[in-house]
Amino acid sequence: MAIIYVDGRPIEADENTNLLQACLQAGLDLPYFCWHPALGSVGSCRQCAVTQYQDENDDQGQLVMACMTPAAEGTRITLADESSSDFRASIIEWMMTNHPHDCPVCEEGGECHLQDMTVMTGHNYRRYRFNKRTFRNQDLGPFIGHEMNRCITCYRCVRFYNDYAGGTDLAALGQRNQVYFGRHEDGPLENEFSGNLAEVCPTGVFTDKPLGERYTRKWDLRSAPSVCTHCSLGCNTSPGERYGVLKRVQNRYNGDVNGYFLCDRGRFGYDFVNSDERIRRPRMRGPDGRTDMDAGELLERMAQMAEGTSLIGIGSPRASVETNFALQQLVGEANFSTGLSAAEQRRVELAREILAEGPVATPPMRETENADAVLVLGEDVTATAPRLALSLRQSVRNAGFERAAELQVPSWRDATVRELERHHRSPLFQVVPWATRLDDTARYNLYRRPEAIARLGHAVAHAIDPDAPEPVGLSASEADHAADIAETLKQAQRPLVVSGTGAHSEAVLHAAANVARALHRCHAQPEQVGITLTLPEANSLGQALLGGEDLDTALERAAAGGHTLVVAENDLARRADGDRVRQAFRASRQVIVLDHLENETTDQASAVLPAGTFAEADGTLVNNEGRAQRFFQVFEPDPVIQESWRWLVALAWSLDAETEMLWWSQLDQVIETCSRSCPELGGIVDAAPRADHRVQGLRAAREPARYSGRTAMDAAVSVHEPGPPRDEDTPMTFTMEGYGGPGHTDPNLIATTWSPGWNSEQSVNKFQAEINGAMAGGNQGRRLIEPAGASDWYPAVPEEDGEGWRALPYHAFFGSEELSAASGPIRERVAEAWLGVAPEVLEERGLDEGTEFELRLDDVSVRLPVRALEGLAMDCVAVPVGLTDLPDHRLPADCELIGPEAN
Amino acid sequence: MSTTPLTERIRADRTPMTLEEYRAAGGYDGLHQALAMAPTDITALLKDANLRGRGGAGFPTGLKWSFVPMDDNTGLKYIICNADEMEPGTFKDRLLLEGDPHQMIEAMIVSGYAIQANVGYIFLRGEYKLAAQRLRTAMAEAREAGLLGRNVQGSGFDFELYLHTSAGRYICGEETALLSSLQGERAVPRAKPPFPQQVGLFGRPSVVNNVETLCNVPHIVREGVDWFRNLSHSEDGGTKLYGASGRVNNPGVYELPIGTPLREVLEEHAGGMKDGYQFKAVLPGGASTPMLTRDHLDLALDFDSVGKAGSRLGTGTLVVIDDRTSIVGLLRNLEHFFAQESCGWCTPCRDGLSWVEKILAQMQAGAGQPGDIEVLEQHVRDLGPGKAFCAHAPGAVGPLDTALRYFRDEFEQAIAAHATAGGQ
Repeated sequence: MAIIYVDGRPIEADENTNLLQACLQAGLDLPYFCWHPALGSVGSCRQCAVTQYQDENDDQGQLVMACMTPAAEGTRITLADESSSDFRASIIEWMMTNHPHDCPVCEEGGECHLQDMTVMTGHNYRRYRFNKRTFRNQDLGPFIGHEMNRCITCYRCVRFYNDYAGGTDLAALGQRNQVYFGRHEDGPLENEFSGNLAEVCPTGVFTDKPLGERYTRKWDLRSAPSVCTHCSLGCNTSPGERYGVLKRVQNRYNGDVNGYFLCDRGRFGYDFVNSDERIRRPRMRGPDGRTDMDAGELLERMAQMAEGTSLIGIGSPRASVETNFALQQLVGEANFSTGLSAAEQRRVELAREILAEGPVATPPMRETENADAVLVLGEDVTATAPRLALSLRQSVRNAGFERAAELQVPSWRDATVRELERHHRSPLFQVVPWATRLDDTARYNLYRRPEAIARLGHAVAHAIDPDAPEPVGLSASEADHAADIAETLKQAQRPLVVSGTGAHSEAVLHAAANVARALHRCHAQPEQVGITLTLPEANSLGQALLGGEDLDTALERAAAGGHTLVVAENDLARRADGDRVRQAFRASRQVIVLDHLENETTDQASAVLPAGTFAEADGTLVNNEGRAQRFFQVFEPDPVIQESWRWLVALAWSLDAETEMLWWSQLDQVIETCSRSCPELGGIVDAAPRADHRVQGLRAAREPARYSGRTAMDAAVSVHEPGPPRDEDTPMTFTMEGYGGPGHTDPNLIATTWSPGWNSEQSVNKFQAEINGAMAGGNQGRRLIEPAGASDWYPAVPEEDGEGWRALPYHAFFGSEELSAASGPIRERVAEAWLGVAPEVLEERGLDEGTEFELRLDDVSVRLPVRALEGLAMDCVAVPVGLTDLPDHRLPADCELIGPEAN
Repeated sequence: MSTTPLTERIRADRTPMTLEEYRAAGGYDGLHQALAMAPTDITALLKDANLRGRGGAGFPTGLKWSFVPMDDNTGLKYIICNADEMEPGTFKDRLLLEGDPHQMIEAMIVSGYAIQANVGYIFLRGEYKLAAQRLRTAMAEAREAGLLGRNVQGSGFDFELYLHTSAGRYICGEETALLSSLQGERAVPRAKPPFPQQVGLFGRPSVVNNVETLCNVPHIVREGVDWFRNLSHSEDGGTKLYGASGRVNNPGVYELPIGTPLREVLEEHAGGMKDGYQFKAVLPGGASTPMLTRDHLDLALDFDSVGKAGSRLGTGTLVVIDDRTSIVGLLRNLEHFFAQESCGWCTPCRDGLSWVEKILAQMQAGAGQPGDIEVLEQHVRDLGPGKAFCAHAPGAVGPLDTALRYFRDEFEQAIAAHATAGGQ
């Protein structure tokens, strides 16, 4: 730590940062645009100018850019002098020469960094009397609006999109005061992280398009701290609602997990909550078809039907711990199924075992950015765990940072460090089934069939530690690859192995675990070795910790007949053969399904209960790291929509079940019982404060203090102002009453950041203990899993490479995840069903992409257009999960591919 | 020994020498001598000769080269010739490139050898088609003769030389923007330090020097330090290519001892003002150098003397302003150029110059408004060194600064005219 003097006041500063960051860290207000905590400094906007003095005798000083000047010991600066204040006001005046006066109709208004900085500098009078330049805007697809006239040319968009996120279809074009930020032509932004532009852009050029189409100002949005449900990473989000419509999802900073950024699936997947396909009424299937019904009556009928039957409960990896636990309580542990297919359950359980019983810890996602050598084994990370791919993309920068340090260039000097990265990149190896969106970061990519991926992984482990089982039948060239990767990983200080369940291969997971174990045994500081495993869904690991039998077993039992089947938030058709599900349903006395959206399972159910989504319920999810995180209800839906666990309590009452859950009326009771009865989930009580927690004697408010119109918004329905909805489950209010102040609340309760003078998401710096570090009060969530170190090597017996065609699961970034696929904006980006084949397959036959091929998988067959998938083995077909009529849960599987022969 | 080493081999009709002719005239002797020397000795020679950069900044060349890490063998190093001569009123490098391309090539090889750079680039202004053609011809000859490529003249030193023709942006003349452009990126300047000698082209140690600067190197190697320093009328070593444009009788380029007085260049070499025109002012080193007036006619044109007079020697090519030229109109023309050529990277330059240009355009049209001069003055202040990202904006407001000081009445008239006509 260094001491710097700001206007004569000594301030503690990290000497590895710059003056701007040091000032912000100290709570001072210094305006800036081109700097961003994650993007570093480039010195382009000149907004953060301060006067720096040589020493205490210097009364002249010199103007410097705070973002480009190190916070060196003894540095003396002033923010208050006339010359730097005037210059900062000049900068805004220049930016405003071309900025439209459209704040009242601009989507950014009220949470605009440019507005905030303008007020901060004091510029308010327009002297520029000339015409403003105008641009033509582009259609950038369903996610991002484009209004170039508002641009102040800070270059953040391209620095994020291209430099940070690896995008290639956004550019700075033109020169002078006509620089244009856009694509070469209209069309959807291709990068998976494009939505962040809405937050990275300091003004209203790049905006959240779905929000714009049903617009609400930030101060009129009710928001709650939430967790993304569209993959296993558990990125923290801040969903905002008004009029019962979920309007947007913004990033919620978690220094351990997602930092400042989300992927587009996470940001725009929320719209399933508003879907027309939502189940909004309890209903029953009778002889006359479906009948909507009062909940009380329905529960009574279900109880009658249930008489004399035994219960089987089928949970879900996309439902909260609380929902699954409540179901387990209702039906009894022996009758509870996780809802995972047998094969998926084996993989998820294996992942749990590797993390909990192996020797190697899994780092929080942000820490993967510090890895200095990475091996990605078998996983198309961008597809299955997108935000992790963004972190891995940062990991390869470490060698550049090291080189910069040798040259005494600070790590925050972004443009310079990026020059050095041309020749200094930390190694990342990918052994994957096809070309991925991370390929450009890798030292090299090896495209292999899953069996060969596993074999190569085992070979790497064996090359690192000869005690590791040796794979048989390895070719000489594969052995060379293995030796090279092994040597590089061994030399790394912070090696990381990344794998996951995406390839549906236990063998790949075994190999990854062995590589991590081998590194752990050889490393001078074993705790620096990491393993990251991606999992199928938001609460997959929570299900593994809770336990239960797999879906196949449950369906088999149900098929024996005479049961009451209770299915919570699970479309079984996605996880088991349709025939088996139908058979089990037919054999059961009744099938009660709780869910959000209509699907094949609700269609066949005898009773359906409308279950609250993540936005209408509270609960806990356990991410792939084993971090339990609480998501809080955003708004009160129609009262007939309830949290699944509440429906299950109601069901317990109507069934006269003898269970403790009859006395549950608050979420905390569910959490406490769960924590008591399932020790592995014991930590979930600490994931967030209890409902009786108070902040300065108050609950935390979900609505901002400036929330408007609450006495008017329902006036067309009733002139009586309804009482504020009560929240029994959390220490929050649904209204503006309660604590809304900055800095002091538990980070788990902060939905949106907002601070005097800082109305945009940039205000997060006021809530962090350290810029880019943890939130004040620590990062959100509680880790449940630490490695016990007990398990042994996994055997190196990958399956033989079969003969004939093999169908592999392909996870499409848009469309393969169930809930986001029902979101309007995402739907626009979901491709029609297709099959992937090696480009050589098409070349050999002289066929083009789009030619229809027939794929036969046992009893099922589909005819679909094909796409060339670079890197895919010539005897493999990639089947996009969730997009075709094929049973994805059976993949990988032997198959037949029949297409036109050579022309 | 010659007193005009840079131009003596250039024929009156400017047709360049073939390799054979160039060798016969003593060409590549400097290279032979250089290859026999220790590389760092060449750099030391330049320091002793006090060769200063002829691109405009006048930075000591030997000092610049001495920052190149000589023990870094982890990759390539680069020597880059800045031949992107786009400064308005400047055409001196063109003469050297068109008239004596082998001199340029020899200079590149010697300089590359001195810093142990195995690759050289000549970054040439796109419009210099003739220079490009002649350089290509000469480079082919040199390659054929084993002067370029592997193992230059059996010395064990490899040197590849490439000609890059620019797509045409003034900012490419800024050495770090030149590097960005050469890498195929937007021509945006880079922050220093680190300097290109440490982190330059493609992130590797690089030296960027002007055509004229580099062309001096083989001569210094061949003829020695004393000869070079004696060529000069000042502390700076060597000759300087001075030039003159405007309403003078003999516009052109003249190689003279560095430190030749302004009056001598103007009256003896440029032939004085044309009939009917009076000298009013001069931009001594291209469009981005502050004005000098009648009071400065006896100034020695070397880097320090011109600097002390409040301007810069720049490229040493005089833009002569006569009494019939409107200062406001001249400035509008200049600022139009600078505003247009702003790369758009930093706010003061991007948005400030455009504002300046618009005000001057209205002033020129007689539609200036009260307060405009104050706005211009504020821009002179706020676009100064250290405020904008690179030297483009400070260069752009240098002439404006002096114009407002020396010819303020013309600006006041441009506002008064409008006020009289009933404007606001």
